[in-house]
Amino acid sequence: MISFSQVTKRYPGGQDALKGVTLTIEAGEMVFITGHSGAGKSTLLKLAAVIERPSSGTVIVNGQNVGALRARAVPYLRRNFGLIFQDQKLLFDRTAFDNVMLPLAITGFERREAARRVRAALDKVGLLAKEKSLPVTLSGGEQQRLAIARAIVHRPAILVADEPTGNLDAAHAAELGELFRSFNQVGVTVVIATHDDAFAARLKPRLVALKDGKVAA
Amino acid sequence: MSWFWHHLDALRVTLARLARTPVVTLLNVGVIGIALALPVGLYVALVNLQGLAHTLASDPQLSVFVALDAGRADTDKIAARLKQHANVRQARFVPRDQALKELKASTGLADVVDSLPQNPLPDAFVVLPRDTAPQELEKLRDELRGWPKVTHVQLDTAWAQRLQAGLRLARLTVWLLATLFAFALVAVTFNTIRLQVLTRREEIEVSKLIGATDPFIRRPFLYFGTLQGLAGGMAAWAIIWVGILLLNGALSELAQLYAASFELRHLTPEDSVSLLAFSAGLGWFGSWLSVNQHLAGIEPH
Repeated sequence: MISFSQVTKRYPGGQDALKGVTLTIEAGEMVFITGHSGAGKSTLLKLAAVIERPSSGTVIVNGQNVGALRARAVPYLRRNFGLIFQDQKLLFDRTAFDNVMLPLAITGFERREAARRVRAALDKVGLLAKEKSLPVTLSGGEQQRLAIARAIVHRPAILVADEPTGNLDAAHAAELGELFRSFNQVGVTVVIATHDDAFAARLKPRLVALKDGKVAA
Repeated sequence: MSWFWHHLDALRVTLARLARTPVVTLLNVGVIGIALALPVGLYVALVNLQGLAHTLASDPQLSVFVALDAGRADTDKIAARLKQHANVRQARFVPRDQALKELKASTGLADVVDSLPQNPLPDAFVVLPRDTAPQELEKLRDELRGWPKVTHVQLDTAWAQRLQAGLRLARLTVWLLATLFAFALVAVTFNTIRLQVLTRREEIEVSKLIGATDPFIRRPFLYFGTLQGLAGGMAAWAIIWVGILLLNGALSELAQLYAASFELRHLTPEDSVSLLAFSAGLGWFGSWLSVNQHLAGIEPH
């Protein structure tokens, strides 16, 4: 489903973030990408979602060569993903409900059906009672769960999270882990980049360790 | 079906944005309305003047004066020649006695006329030409001048020509002003949208990250520019309407004093629709320019 072959990513300035990475993630898998900061975890995720393009090698998502994708086709590829960012990227000028509505508005959903799905997603992450709250009034853990609701509301085939437990204590991290496991159990491919070893160990996923831009194990 | 929800959504979002900053919206619409009202007001004045000029100058005529010493035979000959002339639609003979009577009746100079020892007026013809183009009128005048026993041919088109030249100048001014203010409208919209794109930078980035196409991101901005332009056009229309209403009140008083009826006409329905379409189109164009220019710089990373 996602396959990297001999992928190198060099950022302007000459720094190599990835050096000849070859890796295949099958549909329905749960994979944790681990490693120190600067090991290339985020770059790997960005290449999959076409936020960056590889300098050499090929990245293939759902049979499409991502490196050769035309700019106009990129949005449609991205709709296969549910993206969860370290900094959440919530929109602070609108309610929790409207934040989660965004992916459905983008795909042009009929409003009533969209509202039903938004509430279902909010319910799934335990935020249904806070649908009218603005993100600033939510705690760090709630904001992260809101970001997850936004990532799953359009029922993507692949869930990608970059350091989802970045600002959370252990208890909240465990809660989050269960949430990811429940998505994986219904067939969603889950790819999580983390340097939180405890978080990774608890869920017993497939582990891919990156070190200095290479797959270590 | 999804394009329908897209457009409905864009419209809803845009109206919400306009309503969220009522003062800014009102000011922008006001600026656009006033900028449009200037050339449109001038246009309305021009159309009214043209209508007036048309009724006044619709029938140019030539006065052909016969020599005082001409006899009955001479005037008959001239009458016959006029009747056969290709460019004469109608020729009316005005005998000198009748001319004197008309002068007495119409000018209130009865005392002066009565005191004259003899009738100083010549026989005359009032000629209505077939072709009223200025060059043809002048040709006819010059030709009639050369006829025997014709002393003078008067063509009263000089004032009409001056009026036409004045109207041409005014038309040109309307176009120049319209062009300038159209540019101003585009510039106002461009800047409004630029500010919006900048303040919504984060939203645009996030939208792109979760699979928004460029048309999707562009749409609310284009709607915004178009609606703002349309509202500006409506404001201009309202300004003109109120202006005409006020002027007509004062004009009817003036017209009554001159025992004439004259009323300013408002924009025709066609002109009104053109105004609205034009302002909405310019708003769309301004926002399109702006959004294309500023959206390219926003890519998630």
